Amino acid sequence: MIEAEALRKEFDGFLAVDNLHLHVPAGSVLALLGPNGAGKTTTVRMLTSILAPTSGTARIAGYDVIRDPAMVRSKVGVLTEQHGLYERMKGLEYLDFFGEVYKIDKATRRKRALDLMDRFGLTFALDKRLGEYSKGMKQKLALVRALLHNPPVLLLDEPTSAMDPLSAKQVRDAIVELQRDERTFMITTHNLTEAQMLADQIAVIRHGRIIAHGTMAELARQFVGEPVMELKINGGLNGLAAQLSDRVTITDAGLNWLRYSTPDPEQTNPALLRHLTALGVEVVTLAPITRTLEDIYLQVVKEDEG
Amino acid sequence: MTAISRSSWRDTLANALIITRREVRDSFRDWRIIAPIVVLTFLFPALAQFVAARFSAFLTGFGAEIIGDRTIPFLLMIVGFFPISISLVIALETFVGEKERRSLEPLLSTPLTNTELYIGKTLAAMIPPLVSSYGGMFVYLLSLLGGELEWRPAPMLVVQIILLTTVQALVMVTGAVVVSSQTTSTRAANLLASFVIIPMALVVQGESVIMFLAPDADSPYGIGALWAIMVGMIVAVVLFLRVGNTIFNREELLGRALDQINLKNFFGKVWRAFRSIDRDGTPAPNLWVWYTRGMAFTLGRMRSAIGVTIMVFLIAFIGGLAIGQLPEWRLPFDFTILGTINPSQATVFNEFLGSGFEAQAIGFIAAQNGRILLAALLLSVFSFGVMALVLTPAVYVILGYIASQVATTGTGLALISAAILPHGVIEIPMIVIATAAALRLGAVVTRPPDQMTVGQAWTFTFGETLKILIGLILPMLIFAAVLESVLTPRVVLWVLGGS
Repeated sequence: MIEAEALRKEFDGFLAVDNLHLHVPAGSVLALLGPNGAGKTTTVRMLTSILAPTSGTARIAGYDVIRDPAMVRSKVGVLTEQHGLYERMKGLEYLDFFGEVYKIDKATRRKRALDLMDRFGLTFALDKRLGEYSKGMKQKLALVRALLHNPPVLLLDEPTSAMDPLSAKQVRDAIVELQRDERTFMITTHNLTEAQMLADQIAVIRHGRIIAHGTMAELARQFVGEPVMELKINGGLNGLAAQLSDRVTITDAGLNWLRYSTPDPEQTNPALLRHLTALGVEVVTLAPITRTLEDIYLQVVKEDEG
Repeated sequence: MTAISRSSWRDTLANALIITRREVRDSFRDWRIIAPIVVLTFLFPALAQFVAARFSAFLTGFGAEIIGDRTIPFLLMIVGFFPISISLVIALETFVGEKERRSLEPLLSTPLTNTELYIGKTLAAMIPPLVSSYGGMFVYLLSLLGGELEWRPAPMLVVQIILLTTVQALVMVTGAVVVSSQTTSTRAANLLASFVIIPMALVVQGESVIMFLAPDADSPYGIGALWAIMVGMIVAVVLFLRVGNTIFNREELLGRALDQINLKNFFGKVWRAFRSIDRDGTPAPNLWVWYTRGMAFTLGRMRSAIGVTIMVFLIAFIGGLAIGQLPEWRLPFDFTILGTINPSQATVFNEFLGSGFEAQAIGFIAAQNGRILLAALLLSVFSFGVMALVLTPAVYVILGYIASQVATTGTGLALISAAILPHGVIEIPMIVIATAAALRLGAVVTRPPDQMTVGQAWTFTFGETLKILIGLILPMLIFAAVLESVLTPRVVLWVLGGS
């Protein structure tokens, strides 16, 4: 798991990360969102013991990033924003080199490399020089490198940014599968749809500070209000909105539809449907209005600017 | 060495060699590295041997066999040197090139330690050029044995040239690491590499001259001057290794994003250090606090440097005394004449003192001392502090030597004391402190304090050095110059019985 307490990093008078608190339990995914230069990369580097925090503490898989840097680095798989592969090496040779660095014995590292290459559809490129790899292939290979030593914690910077939809799905599926295997993930991304699909927790970082943190539902409630439902019926409303206003908060209405907000749709919606049936209203659809992570993110940033 | 530390060193080396193997393999896949290595290993030595044979034959025709003979080992040195010049290119490539291509960060995310990465990359930069260099020298010597020349190298000279080549490669690689760490692009690193190339070119030129002119060129123990150069370069390597190992850390490598000059920020930090009265950089609220607390704080931080400087000065002085005791170094001078002065001499002396001499002397003495200390400071910055402990202590060797000459005759000790002590009680401590400040400013990059990068440590130390120089050294040196111009001559005259 990942734990950070009051983490702070200052470069020559520039405050890159300030008072960062995180708690990501084993088997969950945190999406760290934020504009460029917000402090995401610095956070990842502190959590991998590459940069020493100016103050505060962090523990990765139980190891302190300041006191046990080597152990921390051995427990973390990192996908950096720039994949930085050695272009003159071949795929398998590259993985063999990193496997050796991680002290994996020759047979095991070869097996793991072959398995992972196969899983990400790279078997055909085992003996190709990395300079010949496409951008997406390079990203996949960098991900394979991050997974090679079987780390319990994975810090992935834009894991699918250069990939085609099929490859991106392969990676997302792999993340979900690994998550089931109790791996902890921190993903920094600008792809909000992907973050929404994968993350159990979302944190928004801006100017080095976490300005929002919680589950998707918590953030939605906090920043874009209670869930909004849309009800469509057969025929006109004919005063229905007024009749329902003591049960839910009507936010909008049209000829044959209305929208209402409710703090607890699981309780409210069945009760409302029963009431409508009793009134003889024919319900065509009752569906939540989708609030995307993008809506939430934009609202979070707007409020922070505000 | 304990079993644990032995095994830990073995692990370090084993891990470093993982990096080395990869990098060497990678280097040998680059035709830009392979092509010159092949040419310099196989073609150039044969060409050099051919040139040596022709040159030697040509010179023999003019009765200058000795130059012809000395060209042969000289060319051996050149054959060895040319390939190792590639080490600089490889070093810049493996350190800053990798940083530029962003392939360093995945490596920094592994459990390898900074030292392992540093050793691994340093070896990788050295091995291909050294293999080529040794190979080239071997081919040259082989072609010499099979060729028409009768000259055969002295074994020690060959050993010396091989060692010299190795040390030169080390200097260039370790120097290149220091250069690389201060840049984020290969272009900038190549420009900064002139700080390594120019001194090295001068050293090789010097070695060339020595190989031709050394009186001990045929000695079975090798050429003494070349051994001395080798020792000097080993000192440079040790310092470079120390700085390199300090600088080659994750924080330094990834903390620097741009090679951008930010003078405002730099001078802001220097000013902060200049005004600071404690470790947190609290600025002095007024001049009194700055003097009483700020100066004491900085002098306290300088205690190790002051201690080392005093020790070196004492060694220099004792060394001067010892040299003066050697019969061949004794001055043929009658020191007994220093004991007295006659009335007419005293009158001339007094008139001279009253003629406006003091005012001129104050400026001259202060400027002279200031010049020496400034030179020591500047040279110290470029030599990691070494030159601070070479330039100023040289004066104390001379002082020790003069003192020994005076002491040998048993006369004139009072006079020497009178000529030094009245101003020396101020001047000598100031020179010690100024030298210590110069030493500290040069050496701080080799070991920055915890939680500070090399740049931060140097900037802070620079501010503190200015504080000491402006607040303490400069006023006290002017005061010492006043004493030396006004008081010391009169004390000397009094000791001589002239007033």
